[in-house]
Amino acid sequence: MQTEHLESHPETFIRKWIFSLDHKTIGLQYMFTSLIFLLFGFSLVLLMRWQLAYPGSALPLIGYYLPDSIAAGGVMHPAGYNALGAMHGTIMIFLGVVPLGVGAFGNYFLPLQIGAKDMAFPRINMTSYWVYFIGGVLMLASFFVPGGAAQSGWTSYVPLSILSPGQTMWLLAMTFLITSSLLGSINFIVTTLNLRAPGLTWSRLPLFVWAQFVTALLLLFAFPVLQAGAILQLLDRIAKTSFFIPSGLIVGGAPVEYAGGGSALLWQHLFWFLAHPEVYVLLLPAMGIVAEILANGTRKPIFGYKEIAGSFCFIGVLSFMVWAHHMFVSGMKTSLSYLFMTTTMIISVPSVAIITCFLLSLKGASIQFKLPMLFALAFLPMFGIGGLTGLPLGFTPTDVYLHDTYYVIGHFHYVVVTGSLIALMGGIYYWFPKMFGRKMNEFWGKIHFWTTIVFMNGIFFPMFIQGLAGVQRRLYDPTVQAHNLVVQPTNVLMTYSAILLMIAQIPFIVNFFVSIFKGEKTEDNPWQATTLEWACPSPPLPHKNFEKIPTVYKGPYEYNVPGEAKDFSPQHLP
Amino acid sequence: MNQPETIEETVTGIPNGKLGMWVFLSSEVMLFGGFISSYVVLRTGSGFFPIPAKELLGIPLATLNTFVLITSSVTMVLALDAIQKANQKGLIRNLAITILLGFCFLAIKSYEYPHKWHEGITISSNLFGSFYFTLTGLHGLHVIGGIAFNIYILVNAIKGCYTQDHCERVEYAGLYWHFVDLVWVILFPIFYLL
Repeated sequence: MQTEHLESHPETFIRKWIFSLDHKTIGLQYMFTSLIFLLFGFSLVLLMRWQLAYPGSALPLIGYYLPDSIAAGGVMHPAGYNALGAMHGTIMIFLGVVPLGVGAFGNYFLPLQIGAKDMAFPRINMTSYWVYFIGGVLMLASFFVPGGAAQSGWTSYVPLSILSPGQTMWLLAMTFLITSSLLGSINFIVTTLNLRAPGLTWSRLPLFVWAQFVTALLLLFAFPVLQAGAILQLLDRIAKTSFFIPSGLIVGGAPVEYAGGGSALLWQHLFWFLAHPEVYVLLLPAMGIVAEILANGTRKPIFGYKEIAGSFCFIGVLSFMVWAHHMFVSGMKTSLSYLFMTTTMIISVPSVAIITCFLLSLKGASIQFKLPMLFALAFLPMFGIGGLTGLPLGFTPTDVYLHDTYYVIGHFHYVVVTGSLIALMGGIYYWFPKMFGRKMNEFWGKIHFWTTIVFMNGIFFPMFIQGLAGVQRRLYDPTVQAHNLVVQPTNVLMTYSAILLMIAQIPFIVNFFVSIFKGEKTEDNPWQATTLEWACPSPPLPHKNFEKIPTVYKGPYEYNVPGEAKDFSPQHLP
Repeated sequence: MNQPETIEETVTGIPNGKLGMWVFLSSEVMLFGGFISSYVVLRTGSGFFPIPAKELLGIPLATLNTFVLITSSVTMVLALDAIQKANQKGLIRNLAITILLGFCFLAIKSYEYPHKWHEGITISSNLFGSFYFTLTGLHGLHVIGGIAFNIYILVNAIKGCYTQDHCERVEYAGLYWHFVDLVWVILFPIFYLL
């Protein structure tokens, strides 16, 4: 009723582009906003990298324009460095990668891939975006409150976070972001369960939909626990409760004015109960995209479809039982460490199974090296490095040595940046023709790909070397510790790689905007793909997507079926 | 918004709104689960968790409040039952009673809070007070949300928006209200009786 009502009236500009109820417009809103946040979060880290390469020297070009809370007189000071670190992590994860993978791609392509007219609750969908937007604005505004932005890392460990400035804004912004993801995940779950096209059984569901569905469940169950933790921390700050303040806490020589009795470890448990599933929220949509692109680029059915879908679900369940492997050195009981070490080793099995299935999909294929395929192929070894370097962190004996060093930073940046983000970029190139009816330029896309891959490795690989040499994370000035001086030259290499990586994004940004208006026009199914999003016009029709809701007759990846005239056989054709 | 929405055919056969409400409630379970498990962890594990004497807590009043809330759940069920039997008046009457009982719960709570402050139990006095006011306060917010939802349904009911075949929203409001009731049934023993 909703959609038919909207079709019959011409829409106002505000209803069409700003407070839109159409999942495609909302997906694009998410995409543009999250890409801007990614760029912003990345530029924060450039400032930090300058400080790490040349500690104490004035930031070139922009140093004097920075607010005093970050860099007074052009030279960054420690509190400013901490604020940038905390905000970089928070922005990249909660405002960048998750909204891009889930909010943008999930919103735009999940209804298309299941053959639905829209999400189950268009109004809630719109609210979800705007609540996310408010959360983002609050997060940015925290730079300008007295005392500056939050300084306690994206993990906001107590009691430091309770006692340092800027944290209240962080907690308020997080409350908005959590609410937004809750609204989104309800929509995704109900849509997937209820609105699939006729014939689209669970065993015919594209892997991207599987990934989004499991991701939505993770968001649904994990985020409320952080919400609880965030409310408790907020009350510790503003109502002087002492949930996380232990008895007899002394700061700066004076006891704090709290009743005490709380537990600092409790915050870590609440936080990581969210934040470990969050890792898979970052990863699963990316894996779903890689599966789509790989099947298309290899012109073969994906190897082990059921195993991959099963592994997604297994990861989803198990990711709630591994959180304390972030806390091996926190003073937690050793017996608990054994339990979490075991579950951590178990959860690496489905991840490896997925990557193995992807690799086996390549076997015997005549691979078409189109642009999206390059990104999907790069995901495999890059995520491989990220995943394998995680194993020493999952074992307590090795983790004690590596914990809180740059090794950890290298590990998760390989997973999230060269893994997830590369796959998400591939997703942009892959689905761009569907979103805008035009293709992105192949040549500049390849320039973007190769430079990005090289410079990303230039930033993140030396982190492993630094970490093994004992360089601690969150260090404002690495040269104050003598043992860091040996690897200090790698900091210069990483800083220049980071600057070059920023420059390497210019071809992408220009290509993206030029292609929206001037790119080569394409037909509805330019990649000759099989899933349902290619069965509707490019871009899909407002508010109803398909001319007629398709009926599904077969599995999602029927490429090169023996006896068929074409090398692909779409799901909606008998 | 005021007309009954046409319920589209869905794959599971469950209307979107009902499924959405259940999914939402499952995340609410995790929210309260996070709070309640924090309470359990600190109450059993903290070295400094003074528990006030039972007389200070006002158990009789809280028991009355529990009774009020459970009764309101019964009237909520009666409201849904009435409209399913095409009894518009029964729907309106029972919804109104449910809303009144909800306000009654809040009134008793707002009598209890200053009483506790007078006894020296405040949100910052010690961990018990912190958890008591945080959790009952959060529950109170949920009660206010539930009352607002019920008032919205009542206004629509008076306008005659619901019929025997289109009373899904009454059911959704009921689901939420029962959940709020259930949370109190858990909070009451863990704060007052244990």
